[in-house]
Amino acid sequence: MTATERKSPQIVEMNWDPITRIIGNLGVYTKIDFANRVVTECHSTSSLFRGYSVFMKGKDPRDAGFITSRICGICGDNHTTCSVYAQNMAYGIKPPPQAENIINLGEAAEYMFDHTLFQDNLVFVDFCEAMVKQTNPGVLARAENTEAPHAGVHGYRTIADIMRSFNPFEGDFYRQALKVSRTTREMFCLMEGRHAHPSTVYPGGVGVSPEPTLFTDYVARLISILDFIKRSVAMNDDVFDFFYEALPGYEEVGRRRILLGCWGAFQNAQVCDYRYETMNDWGKAMYVTPGVVVDGELLTNNLVDINLGIRILLGSSFYGDWVNEDPFVTHDPLGNPVDIRHPWNQTTLPEPGKRDFDDRYSWVMSPRWLDPSTGDHLALDTGGGPFARLYTTALSGLVDAPYVKSTGRSVQISLPRSAELPETTLEWKIPRWSNALERNRARVYFVAYAAAMALAFVEDGLQRCRRGDVEVFTPFEVPDDAISCGFHEAVRGALSHHMVIKDGVIANYHPYPPTPWNGSPRDSFGTPGPYEDAIQNTPIFEENGPDDFKGVDIMRTVRSFDPCLPCGVHMYLGNGQTLEKLHSPVLGAADG
Amino acid sequence: MPQPRAAVEGQAQQEPADIDDPRAGPDQTDLLPGRQRIVFSDRSRPGRHRPRPAPRHEAVQPDVEFAPEPEPAEPVEREAISQMHILWISEGMSCDGDTISITAADKPSIEDLVLGLIPGLPTVHLHNKVLSPTMGGEEFLAPFRAAANGELEPFILVVEGSIPNQNIIEGEGYWTSFGNDLDTGQPLTVNWWVDQLAPKAWAVVAVGTCAAYGGIHAMAGNPTGAMGLGDYLDWDYQSTAGLPIVNIPGCPVRPENFMETLTWLLYHAAGTAPAPPLDGMLRPQWMFNTSVHDACDRAAFYEQGDLARDFNAHKCQIKLGCWGPVVNCNVPKRGWVGGVGGCPNVGGICIGCTMPGFPDSFMPFMNEPTGGNLGLSAALIKEYGDFVHRMRRITGMALNLEPEWRHNGPRLTSGYESHQNTKEPAR
Repeated sequence: MTATERKSPQIVEMNWDPITRIIGNLGVYTKIDFANRVVTECHSTSSLFRGYSVFMKGKDPRDAGFITSRICGICGDNHTTCSVYAQNMAYGIKPPPQAENIINLGEAAEYMFDHTLFQDNLVFVDFCEAMVKQTNPGVLARAENTEAPHAGVHGYRTIADIMRSFNPFEGDFYRQALKVSRTTREMFCLMEGRHAHPSTVYPGGVGVSPEPTLFTDYVARLISILDFIKRSVAMNDDVFDFFYEALPGYEEVGRRRILLGCWGAFQNAQVCDYRYETMNDWGKAMYVTPGVVVDGELLTNNLVDINLGIRILLGSSFYGDWVNEDPFVTHDPLGNPVDIRHPWNQTTLPEPGKRDFDDRYSWVMSPRWLDPSTGDHLALDTGGGPFARLYTTALSGLVDAPYVKSTGRSVQISLPRSAELPETTLEWKIPRWSNALERNRARVYFVAYAAAMALAFVEDGLQRCRRGDVEVFTPFEVPDDAISCGFHEAVRGALSHHMVIKDGVIANYHPYPPTPWNGSPRDSFGTPGPYEDAIQNTPIFEENGPDDFKGVDIMRTVRSFDPCLPCGVHMYLGNGQTLEKLHSPVLGAADG
Repeated sequence: MPQPRAAVEGQAQQEPADIDDPRAGPDQTDLLPGRQRIVFSDRSRPGRHRPRPAPRHEAVQPDVEFAPEPEPAEPVEREAISQMHILWISEGMSCDGDTISITAADKPSIEDLVLGLIPGLPTVHLHNKVLSPTMGGEEFLAPFRAAANGELEPFILVVEGSIPNQNIIEGEGYWTSFGNDLDTGQPLTVNWWVDQLAPKAWAVVAVGTCAAYGGIHAMAGNPTGAMGLGDYLDWDYQSTAGLPIVNIPGCPVRPENFMETLTWLLYHAAGTAPAPPLDGMLRPQWMFNTSVHDACDRAAFYEQGDLARDFNAHKCQIKLGCWGPVVNCNVPKRGWVGGVGGCPNVGGICIGCTMPGFPDSFMPFMNEPTGGNLGLSAALIKEYGDFVHRMRRITGMALNLEPEWRHNGPRLTSGYESHQNTKEPAR
């Protein structure tokens, strides 16, 4: 891809709308230079507006966890949990440690379930034999003759055998993954009642009775899937390493500058008191460390800094500006000034309009993080969740749990002996790139991370049970006025809830889930959102030309971020679109 | 707009006029490809469906009484369907939570269905965005476009998410879309797709409370005018097979409630089963004819008046906001996934998420229900049980109605006001 090889461009406009195997409505509109085999331009849009921040105004603050769960049908519980964190701060309460164990176990099961379903049943279809046969027959031929390095762990002799096992509905690992996604949802339901909208999670704690049986039922299921997790990591490593080897330059697919945000997960009940004033301390004690990473360097892991740096920019979205409105919050509880573009002060002023890629084309606002040292509004991404989580945790060097250790450069995850495989220590090392393959690889490692943390929480839960520690709820009263925030990791990345209570009801409530960060349009500075940025300049490795082009490299890029468009919350696309020429690939006759 | 109950009653009254569906008549001799003629004898010939009374239950049955269905006349001939497409549109105002939910089912599982492992069912072709092996775009939309053009049948249309009100938008614009118009490049609204596909559908299934009744996005103050499919299509809608909308509520839908109902519909398509029996709110009767309370393993605490004062107590949670006694739902009986989980049985208050009145009738969720025990003390619950049961029935009827603002009328009546100029003063 050097400049000297550049041919005169042959630009074809292509779009995929809707994109499949993700949650929600997403369209990707690209211009592809087939002469030089590179994507030259990309706009990502969504077409759903439901108005959560609108209809939550005036409602009882205690309803927020139930309502916001309905934002997302796959990780709704992350919203409930984040809302509960924000409510605990507003009500000035700290749930008992056993309640934190139960929520952490529920959230760990959610990560295991959701990452498994997404990785093995949705993402991996792009890497399965049936797909690669259509897009890169040359690569498949090579895969047939490439021995899988970890065949001893997962049992598949060649790379092509692994790919075949991921063929949708027919591949055996695809079907196993569906089953594991059910076992992990049973684990989830033990703790949070129902998936994806929990029944047992409340401000102040949980309603679950912490009997020994609860934890026994959980840990027995956890042990039963450890073989699957160990195999899964080995299979993913084999396939992704093979792609680097078979397609030199594949590291450029979906690559963008390393700009990552993680807001932390798994509260440490010993430290966390939910007070804003101590948020820096308890944030650093979380079992997934929050942080902002720029070009491989950790800028901060202080949740107060993270909070104050959030800016919601307009630019390409269908909203009126609220800078002339009165702010809800001028200073945080520590006395720091709060910007008018901070979520606490956002007022949603919808202005529907025509879809125009040169002007406004999305109802996603553009969340950015203001780097105080440079004044840049950074378009952080979450790397689909696990990539940023492992990155900030590895760099911070703070997590030292029974089965998980951060080394400052890597994360070590120990899983005990399981039915067929021995005790295994996995190590996720910080990779050289932020690209499609590394986002995907991190996901499977984070399944192991969540399993290892779950082992620690379940052991603590059982020990507390045995000594009679069964308190799970702290009573509270809703104050007339309060401001608060919650920080958590949704499955696909950074999640914040900001709440303002006035006269005992919700005056302002803004959830910022990962997808607005990842899927945002160009902001008022012209900076593209992460999907757009990662797709632009992505080289095309697919062997098909424009006539039978499937776009697999582009779709691998999009799906590496684990798009979950219902989390767009504010997303809505106005009428019309202005592309002069549209080429919609019509491919294949397989049943969708 | 008629309230659902009135519409259903109307439908019941019209019933006898509708029994002769031309597709089922003995005169029809030309079979469509992929079908065979079978002799079919049951009480659910096309056009014969109607909601039937469920077994009496004092708490929760909608206030609709139907006359017993007449005995079947002579056997009817009907085509057995051997190939069925499932066109699933989750682009309503949804969270895709119902699609995700059904992947949790294993009795039966979605792969059992797609792989044809259940004997006696038609071959199923599933077209669902989340589970599609395609890349998306036109490749994915092809069967939907074909069906809209009348070139693909038979199909079951599964709608996920509430239907927004397009009529309240001035000028161009839309609330949610599904693909683009190939000629103009303009987005196609979900409303357009429902308008195109519902009249051609062999059956229409509303999966989840949003699609069935409006749900969370149809809450008071909503800006989109969201409503359920019955509000949009009319409650007396009938599919080409003579079936009303099949509502499978739940937020999200309980995984196996959907899979079992779909399987029943497929047996019906194969000609080996009558249409699934539905109640007055078009729910599968056998799943929604009992209350949450009936199967709750904390119900004994209620009967003894032993009520939890906070979530630390493993007791009846009625004082904490549980609506179990007046909510039609089988979750405590069957659990959530693999028999595990649920709501009040595992310490989660029932917030009525299967109900037409959800969410507004149940908010604030964490307040003691106004009609659940009518503010009676624990002792009185024991003493006046019969009275409470009667009152519960009245509460249950009210909760089985949707709020009046869910309609496809010309104006938004949810109470939403553009929130400009409503800003509270700065702190």
